[in-house]
Amino acid sequence: MKMKTILAAGAMSVAAIAANNAHAGAALDGIKAKGFVQCGVNTGLPGFSAANAEGKWEGLDVDVCRAVAAALLGDAEKVQYTPMTAAQRFTALQSGEIDILSRNTTWTLTRDAKLGLTFGGVNYYDGQGFLVPKALGVSHATELDGATVCVEPGTTTELNLADYFRAKGMSFEPVVIENINETTAAFFAGRCDVYTTDASGLASVRQTMAPNPDDYVILPEIISKEPLGPAVAQGDDQWADLVRWSLMAMVEAEELGVNSGNVDDMKKSENPAIQRLLGVSPGMGEALGVDEEWAYRIIKQVGNYGESYKSNVTAKLGLERGLNALWTDGGLQYAIPVR
Amino acid sequence: MSKTQKAPGGVRSKGLTDYLNDENVRAVIYQIVAIALVILAGWYLVSNTLANLERQNISTGYGFLNLEASFGISESMIDYTPQSNYATALMVGFLNTVKVAFLGIILCTIIGTIFGVARLSSNWIVRKLATVYVETFRNIPVLLQLFFWYAIIPNAFPAARNAFQPLPDVLLTNRGMYIPVPVADNAYDFMGIAAIIAFIVIYFINKWATKRLDATGQPFPIVWASLGIFFGLVLIAYLIGGAPTAMDIPALKGFNIQGGYNISPEFMSVLIGLTIYTSTYVAEVVRSGIQAVPTGQWEAAESLGLKRSIALRKIILPQSMRVAIPPLTNQYLNLTKNSSLAVAVGYPDLVSVSNTTMNQTGQAIEAISIYMAVYLGLSLTTSLFMNWFNKKMALVER
Repeated sequence: MKMKTILAAGAMSVAAIAANNAHAGAALDGIKAKGFVQCGVNTGLPGFSAANAEGKWEGLDVDVCRAVAAALLGDAEKVQYTPMTAAQRFTALQSGEIDILSRNTTWTLTRDAKLGLTFGGVNYYDGQGFLVPKALGVSHATELDGATVCVEPGTTTELNLADYFRAKGMSFEPVVIENINETTAAFFAGRCDVYTTDASGLASVRQTMAPNPDDYVILPEIISKEPLGPAVAQGDDQWADLVRWSLMAMVEAEELGVNSGNVDDMKKSENPAIQRLLGVSPGMGEALGVDEEWAYRIIKQVGNYGESYKSNVTAKLGLERGLNALWTDGGLQYAIPVR
Repeated sequence: MSKTQKAPGGVRSKGLTDYLNDENVRAVIYQIVAIALVILAGWYLVSNTLANLERQNISTGYGFLNLEASFGISESMIDYTPQSNYATALMVGFLNTVKVAFLGIILCTIIGTIFGVARLSSNWIVRKLATVYVETFRNIPVLLQLFFWYAIIPNAFPAARNAFQPLPDVLLTNRGMYIPVPVADNAYDFMGIAAIIAFIVIYFINKWATKRLDATGQPFPIVWASLGIFFGLVLIAYLIGGAPTAMDIPALKGFNIQGGYNISPEFMSVLIGLTIYTSTYVAEVVRSGIQAVPTGQWEAAESLGLKRSIALRKIILPQSMRVAIPPLTNQYLNLTKNSSLAVAVGYPDLVSVSNTTMNQTGQAIEAISIYMAVYLGLSLTTSLFMNWFNKKMALVER
């Protein structure tokens, strides 16, 4: 099946690329014409992107897609989701199968410059960690020499893992399984001593998939920087801009204290930054190629960054803001000025 | 309708319409048009692809093969570390694919033949059991079977710390099976050479024995002689090499069992899954092959006074082979191609390594082109071998 999928993807990419000989701005028109945003998400990572009991997708990554849909199409619900594995994601984006990839994807130089992607900012600052069973009796990553490690293929995680063990002069045996559900199942069955991915992913897996979360512990070492963010295919700057500024608008809204509850009142605010953001003083929407209410709709329908974080990451995984607090609170989230 | 009519006493010169109405000329024109369309479509797709890759700033070409792979691979038949380049990584994947396909083909042939013969058994229970086996495993998608075996193995076997020992020093754990292997020594190289010599000697003795049987009717105990020569030579080589006895015995060290040879759960799942699935088809091929030989052949052999085992070996099987080989080739090809499903259970085959490579480098088209070419090559090789074998087995017309 895998083989076929990839062959089909290959054939499709050729066909889609051929069909989609784009000029700048074509993505915007195309998405408007079809009436929804095609969004590539994780197959299931609660807190970031996972379908809830009603089959509705929710999470921090999902909210980025919803924000873009709200800005461009006027309705945050006009999103269709394509769950994909780590190994499928870039091909899908390059071939035009999805419009935007919002799937806890690390921004790196190679991906930005060589894979034909454009990143739209960072919606989660993360780092790679290790999850081990308590029974293993390990308290530091430096004690992991000789361990068997479960990891997903095609990720920065896989590369950092090799780098880390090499740097520490330790050996490991990787078990590389394509689907995250199969990977975690193998880990919880004892196939591996260690499961490694971004710390947020570890928290999500431990919290939602472990038979008993208390039997597992996340080691204190964070071995890498993983700035996660949405990405689009290179070559259409207008579309990339819209994605970038939809995310920025959410952070800016939090900085300015605008949230989904008070956004209507805030329209009467005297603060010129708020007036610009909400389109009371026009210009921003026009520059992006959407109407002036774009950010208003994002905040009204999706909420600001803090709201999205709280209802997804904090509520489901119990993770505090940490690095993802606003810069004014000692974190790294810093909106580029909307002006 | 052609207006060409032969005027009596004169030949009308041919005009353009005559050519267009000529069937042969038209056939040529159609072919030229068809080829032109294919080339045009191909050119259109290729040029668009290149233009789009260019626009997205994706580099093309196979230069990436020399870059450092920097990812780990769990099992490898050649030396591989994350510092190796992508070409080495793909080679590791290729060898893993060949390993599982080769063993799978051998095992599925053995198991398939047993069940194929069992389906024709006169024993009711044996016959029905074989039918149940074939019908069950043939009708469940092979991917699900792989998932099934991969779910069973890590859950059914104990953790490394309390490994199960079915035989002394053989450890069964949820990390796979560990078997002791002899520590490398010159003696084993001697034994390998001795085995090759033994095979050559056996080949010539076999030829001589057949000739003698044809000429004089005197049978020669070829099976015993061959076994004797093989084991005799290998044993002598072992003794000459100094009869080393050091073994690399697997034992728990740190988190894992170290030493010995590890057969990973991923490999086991893929091998068991593919073997069982394909063996059901082989069983059907064998059964139909045997049934294709007319019962008259059995009866004729019997009336010549041949024993039933001799009749099966000398009369029935050679004839059923002729029927069985072409469909058997298909099954071998299927097994080879199905081995690409290994990626689903984490066995690092060619597809798995290519996927990772494609993802880390973004060279989707190149990586896909490599493994398509490799699978095509593998399948054609299998096909060529089986065609050669088929020719050898085919009825020699006299």
